[in-house]
Amino acid sequence: MMSSSMSRSVPWLTPRNTFVAALLVVLALLPVYCAIIGNTFLLSLFTRILILAMAAVSLNLIMGFGGMVSFGHAAYLGIGGYAFGILAKEGFTSGLIQWPVALLVCGLFALVVGALCLRTRGVYFIMITLAFAQMAYYIAIALDRYGGDDGMTIYKRSQFGDWVNLSNKTFFYYLCFALLLGIVYLVWRLVNSRFGMVIQGARSNERRMRAIGFPTFRYKLTCFVISGMICGLSGVLLANHTDFINPSVMSWIRSGDLMVMAVLGGMGTVFGPVIGAVAFLLLEEVLSRFTEFQGIILGPMLLAVALCARGGIDGILTGLRRG
Amino acid sequence: MLYFIEQCLNGIQLGMLLFLLAAGLTLIFGIMDMVNLAHGSLYMIGAFFAATFAEWTGSFVAGAALALIATLLVGMVLEVVAIRRLYGHDHLDHVLGTFGLILFFNDLVRWIWGPAGMTLPLPSEMLTAVQVLPGVYYPAYRLVIIGATLVVALLLYVLVMRTRIGMLIRAGASNREMVGALGVNIKLLYTLVFGLGAALAGFAGLMQAPILTVQIGMGENILILAFVVIIIGGIGSIRGAFVAAIIVGLIDTIGRAFLPDLMRTFVSYSAGSSAGPALSSMMIYMLMAVVLVFRPEGLFPAAKR
Repeated sequence: MMSSSMSRSVPWLTPRNTFVAALLVVLALLPVYCAIIGNTFLLSLFTRILILAMAAVSLNLIMGFGGMVSFGHAAYLGIGGYAFGILAKEGFTSGLIQWPVALLVCGLFALVVGALCLRTRGVYFIMITLAFAQMAYYIAIALDRYGGDDGMTIYKRSQFGDWVNLSNKTFFYYLCFALLLGIVYLVWRLVNSRFGMVIQGARSNERRMRAIGFPTFRYKLTCFVISGMICGLSGVLLANHTDFINPSVMSWIRSGDLMVMAVLGGMGTVFGPVIGAVAFLLLEEVLSRFTEFQGIILGPMLLAVALCARGGIDGILTGLRRG
Repeated sequence: MLYFIEQCLNGIQLGMLLFLLAAGLTLIFGIMDMVNLAHGSLYMIGAFFAATFAEWTGSFVAGAALALIATLLVGMVLEVVAIRRLYGHDHLDHVLGTFGLILFFNDLVRWIWGPAGMTLPLPSEMLTAVQVLPGVYYPAYRLVIIGATLVVALLLYVLVMRTRIGMLIRAGASNREMVGALGVNIKLLYTLVFGLGAALAGFAGLMQAPILTVQIGMGENILILAFVVIIIGGIGSIRGAFVAAIIVGLIDTIGRAFLPDLMRTFVSYSAGSSAGPALSSMMIYMLMAVVLVFRPEGLFPAAKR
């Protein structure tokens, strides 16, 4: 499970680490390749992948490490996006206002939802997070001033002064890439800290953690809020990327997608969700080239992952070394 | 006042629909400890079957009966092929696996029936309005839905509480190993229970089909409401599902019908117009939050195992 701590005691050149390094190199060089062949679609697709990978990393923080299976994480994508979109529409175009406000709103929503949801566990937790996300979805639909069901176009990306231009596709890609790496590093530091140990301890045996004297509720709530804020950041990026926000960003199908990315890549590993996001979104894209009925292939595949491959791709790569 | 009574009836009708879905979900959860997101797909399939069979046979009732049987069969096949393998896994696997099934069924239906959706015309005798109270007219078909669901709820109660199968179902919920050890074919029992849940979802879908258009993804939003119902009612409790379904149906319908107007009158016109619709769609979730704060296990928690 804890491959990050395990890999410390083994040589660094495992198949898994080689794969991760190769993936990072590919992601880093992709804009160069796109510039050479002049393909902007690929760049746009991978920007989306990086942004959703960040959301998957945030979900994995609570789901993989904290054992809190949130089925409503897309809500933070939407809330972050709407906070940015609404501010942009009302004339606040500076990113220095938009981004902190978006993160703050997501943090507050996570605080309220988390405080209620964390009173429950198991299936209740899954369903309640789902229900609250659905509530956010319906509120967005009811926002007539901001497009309601149809959503709204955002005419101006976040402004950060003269020398930063988010409309430059290559620059935006590298910004997302850098933020993703930063978030992955943050999560890695977090889960290996004392705080992370308490969270993981509460996942394995909450009663014992409480008996030792840790107020697990507070730790889990903090973790939930951090995760919501990271996901909110990716929501802001996503709305910047598409220049558009609509309620379907937070539909529960999207929450399911995020969950699939985290599990497919490898739950409870720091880098797994990134691998999962790349794999899932590329698979979706490739399948859509061959058939308009991707679900007929994708659905049973997910079932197979649920049944056979709990470690996800990361688990398979780690297994290569042993086998 | 007349409008209020009409909205109450609409609320009860929504509640009945939610009960049909929630009963299947809660039954499957209570007995197999299984979270089934694909329940909404079975609802959709029931509606598509009903529309198709009604077109073939030219009769609404025959179409509905055939669709009910077909959905039952689909449910049982689904259980044997896929769901059965998920028992004993943890809930996250259930969510993932059945989420995959939703994607599968959505595109399968799109492949078979095309993306346009269908309509299911009502027989002419159900198109009339009936005078339920002096001066209150109500569409006959919606009354049929309420009546039929009450009958189904009663049958379900008799089945679970008064028959041998029901006894086995309840026994399976409290101790599956023991029931298996006593020589009951527990696999077959599970297949039957899943089929029953599927048939209930299909019944909800086919009853609702003439009111809404039959389309892909029609089961997805109503499924969330069904989840809210079983959270409020207590997961695993059919009685709780029934009570909570009616509460949720009434609050949602009446909230949507009156809250914006009430706010226009008592707060301010602009507040009612802008925040009213948003607030009324939040109401059932706020109810859920309140229930959770005071009774985290729901209003009628199923007996502890």
